[in-house]
Amino acid sequence: MFKTFRPGGIHPSDNKLTAGSEIRGLPVPGQVSIPMNQHIGASPKILVEKGDLVKVGQLIAQEEGFISANIHSSVSGKVLKVDAVVDMSGYKRKAITIKVEGDEWLEEIDTSTELVKEISLERHEIVRKINESGIVGMGGATFPTHVKLMLPRGKKAEYLIVNGAECEPYLTSDHVLILEKAEQILTGTSIMMKALDVDKAIIGIENNKLDAIAHMSTQAEHYPGIQVQGLKVKYPQGGEKQLIQALINREVPSGGLPIDVGAVVFNVGTLLATYQAIQKNKPLFERVVTVTGKYLANPGNLMVRIGTPVSALIEACGGLPENTGKIISGGPMMGKALNSLEVPIIKGTSGITVLPDTESTRKEIHNCIRCSKCITVCPMGLEPYLLMPMGERELFERMEEEWTMDCIECGSCSYICPSNRPLLDYIRLGKVEINKIRRARKN
Amino acid sequence: MSPIVLYTIISLSATGIAAAIILFVIAQRFKVIEDPRLDLVEDALPGANCGGCGFAGCRNFAEACLRSDNLVKLFCPPGGNDTMAEVAAILDKEAVEKDPLVAVIRCSGSFAHREKVNNYDGAASCAIASSLYSGDTGCQYGCLGHGDCVRVCEFDAIHMNPETGLPVVTDDKCTACNACVVACPKDIIELRKKNKRDRKIFVSCINQDKGGIAKKSCSVACIGCGKCEKVCPHDAITIENFLAYIDPVKCKLCRKCVPECPTDAILEINFPPRKEKEAEIKPDKGAETAVEPIASDNTDAEPKSE
Repeated sequence: MFKTFRPGGIHPSDNKLTAGSEIRGLPVPGQVSIPMNQHIGASPKILVEKGDLVKVGQLIAQEEGFISANIHSSVSGKVLKVDAVVDMSGYKRKAITIKVEGDEWLEEIDTSTELVKEISLERHEIVRKINESGIVGMGGATFPTHVKLMLPRGKKAEYLIVNGAECEPYLTSDHVLILEKAEQILTGTSIMMKALDVDKAIIGIENNKLDAIAHMSTQAEHYPGIQVQGLKVKYPQGGEKQLIQALINREVPSGGLPIDVGAVVFNVGTLLATYQAIQKNKPLFERVVTVTGKYLANPGNLMVRIGTPVSALIEACGGLPENTGKIISGGPMMGKALNSLEVPIIKGTSGITVLPDTESTRKEIHNCIRCSKCITVCPMGLEPYLLMPMGERELFERMEEEWTMDCIECGSCSYICPSNRPLLDYIRLGKVEINKIRRARKN
Repeated sequence: MSPIVLYTIISLSATGIAAAIILFVIAQRFKVIEDPRLDLVEDALPGANCGGCGFAGCRNFAEACLRSDNLVKLFCPPGGNDTMAEVAAILDKEAVEKDPLVAVIRCSGSFAHREKVNNYDGAASCAIASSLYSGDTGCQYGCLGHGDCVRVCEFDAIHMNPETGLPVVTDDKCTACNACVVACPKDIIELRKKNKRDRKIFVSCINQDKGGIAKKSCSVACIGCGKCEKVCPHDAITIENFLAYIDPVKCKLCRKCVPECPTDAILEINFPPRKEKEAEIKPDKGAETAVEPIASDNTDAEPKSE
């Protein structure tokens, strides 16, 4: 029996072009720029200076503030500059640029491929180690993982939910991880179960990845308390709240967190990083990135060092096709169009999607015909057709009353709209403005 | 007359009189005593409810005028000094004269001057575009051109020029109500002192990048070279973060800085034609020979610093 969430959801064609391809290692580039704002929360404190020599895995920026994360060097070499570099949005942000010299790893890192199943660390030690290793949510939200593990007082986790849904079209990085690193992910799951003191874990995988469900199920038999659950293909199944609803049929209250219904959700990539940090002493400095696109000569899943420019990935996949319209960081539904090819890969980059101009341009906007399709597909039960004109007229306080802050920005409404209305654009604007209003109210 | 008609007339009249008495009593009891000057003040105001004064609307502003002891902190930008004098006369208070202001657009990056590096096809709103990314050209400070300022203007004083993709302010209509300044997510619009015959000189750029980077993204960007700062006889120009700023109060509109600017980032508007002025400037330069070598040194140093 395959499960799914209700209400809403859409079925975009999944275009998983790289589903069958193995993880390829991308050669270390000549130079990397490691941005300091790779996670949600405060920027960390920079520990290196121009001219310093660093090794792979060396701490180069220390977390500062409650929600923050450490950043480690992904290469060995000399720090060229600590300066502002253009990031995904086109604005300049602090980054450390390192010129690569050789590939010298820190000695503490265990580079053997042997699987270590035994968990020797205690609960608080696990949390500390995750904190030190700079692990953040690798599904794309990049929330620092150690903060998630510090449960609010009085709250108890019942379920650990593992997100292997990968509902975003085109992307296959989680899929290949399940196929190639199932045991590591399962060990990572056991570590997290120990850290959270839960005895039940459910891994949710969509049924367009039957090979992954089969492989994970066989492997999971050796791990007590871990269950694999197939899910019907539906976007946005990988949304945290949707996944909880699909797997344990509980609804996260408005403005609440998964822990309010006794669940904690991690992406498979985060669990692999956890395994590597705890068992192999390897901090987070590389990740799998799906580089895909219908017209790319050689799309694939690449193991990439954090800070590598996007251009290096596209070069490795056969160069930029002539008819390129947009290059998106992430998938086509929730990804963000890139401004420049020199933007570095960060901890949350799950894919680079190259879309042709014919598919990437928006169509002409027409009037709303009150078909209510946007209401039908909204997984949070909102009324996008109503929220958009409110955003246009700057009625942000009314938008707040209409639960705009519950929007998960999945884009299902904009996708389904037969009049091509930019629904999500205005809802997102509303969210920004409501946050400003809330901040003003607090002061 | 049949008795039915009679009864009807009597009963209806009685009801009417009773209702009138009740209404009269209620009206007396809940009577709001209002200063008659409030209406007079409101009539004197432009009635645009633009919010430029910082209050919710014209009546709100009129109430504030009535309440406060003096009019020092109160000013109606659309009405200007005339309106405030009128209000002061009605209330028998002293009004403070303020220099009239006008909105200027501090970006000259038209399509011809700024190359597009990507295509934005989302919702046509500057607020949305700027929350997503830095803009469709290489300059992260420049005008996005979706016209949020045009939409908020209550006075029809600002329009988009389709040829340049930049907004244009009609000085006569602009009341300096500040609505466009607030609406612009890039903080490009500034209220500056209105001079005689609407003349103005200002740095039409807010790019804070280093000269080379700024020039690369836009051919009319301020590169912060400092030539204008040196030539200004009134100390009106300051350079901060590779960006020149002309203080509207100190500036005497001598126009010496304009020809100095290597990127034409300083604009002069509503001045008589340049020809005669250039003739004036040249002898000036010739006279001040000491200035000359410094200026040429600068031109030499310029490419190196970029």
